[in-house]
Amino acid sequence: MAIPRFWREIQSRYNLVGTRCGNCGTLDFPPRDVCPKCGRKSVGKMEKVPLSDSGTVVSYTTIHHAPKGFDGTKPYLLAIVELKDGARLTSQIIDCDPADIAIGMPVEATFRKLGQDGASGIIYYGYKFRPSLPATEET
Amino acid sequence: MDVGIVSYGAYVPRYRIAPEEIARVWGADGVALARSLAITRKSVPGPDEDVITISVEAARQAMDRAGIDPQDIGAVYVGSESHPYAVKPTATVVAEAIGATPDLTAADFEFACKAGTAAIQTCMGLVGSGMVKYGMAIGSDTSQGAPGDVLEYSASAGGAAILIGQDPVIAKINATSSCTTDTPDFWRREGAQYPSHGGRFTGEPAYFKHTLRCSSNLFEEMGTEASDYNFAVFHQPNGKFPLRAAKKLGFTEEQVKTGMLVREIGNTYSGAVILGLCAILDDAKPGDRIFMVGYGSGAGSDGFDITVTDGIEKMPQKPAWKVWNQAAKNQEIDYVTYARFRGKIAMPTGA
Repeated sequence: MAIPRFWREIQSRYNLVGTRCGNCGTLDFPPRDVCPKCGRKSVGKMEKVPLSDSGTVVSYTTIHHAPKGFDGTKPYLLAIVELKDGARLTSQIIDCDPADIAIGMPVEATFRKLGQDGASGIIYYGYKFRPSLPATEET
Repeated sequence: MDVGIVSYGAYVPRYRIAPEEIARVWGADGVALARSLAITRKSVPGPDEDVITISVEAARQAMDRAGIDPQDIGAVYVGSESHPYAVKPTATVVAEAIGATPDLTAADFEFACKAGTAAIQTCMGLVGSGMVKYGMAIGSDTSQGAPGDVLEYSASAGGAAILIGQDPVIAKINATSSCTTDTPDFWRREGAQYPSHGGRFTGEPAYFKHTLRCSSNLFEEMGTEASDYNFAVFHQPNGKFPLRAAKKLGFTEEQVKTGMLVREIGNTYSGAVILGLCAILDDAKPGDRIFMVGYGSGAGSDGFDITVTDGIEKMPQKPAWKVWNQAAKNQEIDYVTYARFRGKIAMPTGA
């Protein structure tokens, strides 16, 4: 990944900053310059907002044939996560056995290494999701 | 106004490996090694974890507990001997990930296992002098021993973050004291993948000399003795050293057991004594007094005399945050998985 591209995306990748359309209120992640629903009516009205750091699994898949740079961690889980505020994103699901994941499972954002440009290049960090940690002793 | 701990956060990776499993690969006596180190298992970071991710997890937990505006943090210091970059501070990523950027100072510290306590002292100075409102001090490591070396049985991963400030404090830091000498007991040269150590030399002239002297200095300064404290925590490179130091200073096993995580998670280096402190804070009541002395090879010790305030009762707590609950998480892995996770197997893609 080019350094400027990663640098521009740091706020989104670290702190789940997305956009809210000033016209219709739709939340998008990653951030958009134009709302896909409102088109030109949204121009200049897209506001950057931090999104919820928890949500549920909408759908998932297990990656057995990983792209270059990811073969050290296969098999791994990739899921569409719907955040509590309604925005959807694609994320790796960690700390979870592929046999234990389920649609509707509550998940929360963590901070992990996403990749690196070889042994001497930049290391990329950002969100991955894990099964939500219990908030009380009972659960 | 008093300078103290406003909040704290801890993170221990979930994977574990037992000394017997490491010994199996190297033809050593695992049972004897486990007994001599007094360690049952050590924590291992996942393939996507490093000092930066561990520091961020600990710092975010501290922020979740504190509920303060991250923009009020004026300093972030991360102490570690395993920063992912030789040049490019871990603290910059942490500051960004907790929303403290851009108007603050940040740096990485290195002093073997006591870089985190050095960060606490620096934050105390900045807060006490009024230069910053809050300072975040982190001790975090993903330490490695050379394959087959005795260090490989104990060098583990974990980290803790301490938010230093004046209002509202959950624990007041009454005093801090240090001692430092040039003692070559453990080192890693620039570019070297694994550290070297002086074997038995790491005991008496290194760990014990500095830990005991620093402790005695602190007793003297405060006019206290071991029985004045409810809890004590020492740097824990193995399960034996801290107990021996505690006994020499007059502490009982009861006083040190809450902060003694080493048997379950190994030596988390810069994280060790601060994780111990976090485990104590998880259990502490208002008025409890804590004696904490860290040690870093090279060598030196930092000591702290801490009194827990009424503020601890209002501190949000979740079972998943508790240090002993994190230590109890236990996904056991074999040596081959450990070698893959720790990059001990050369991958053509550099994955």
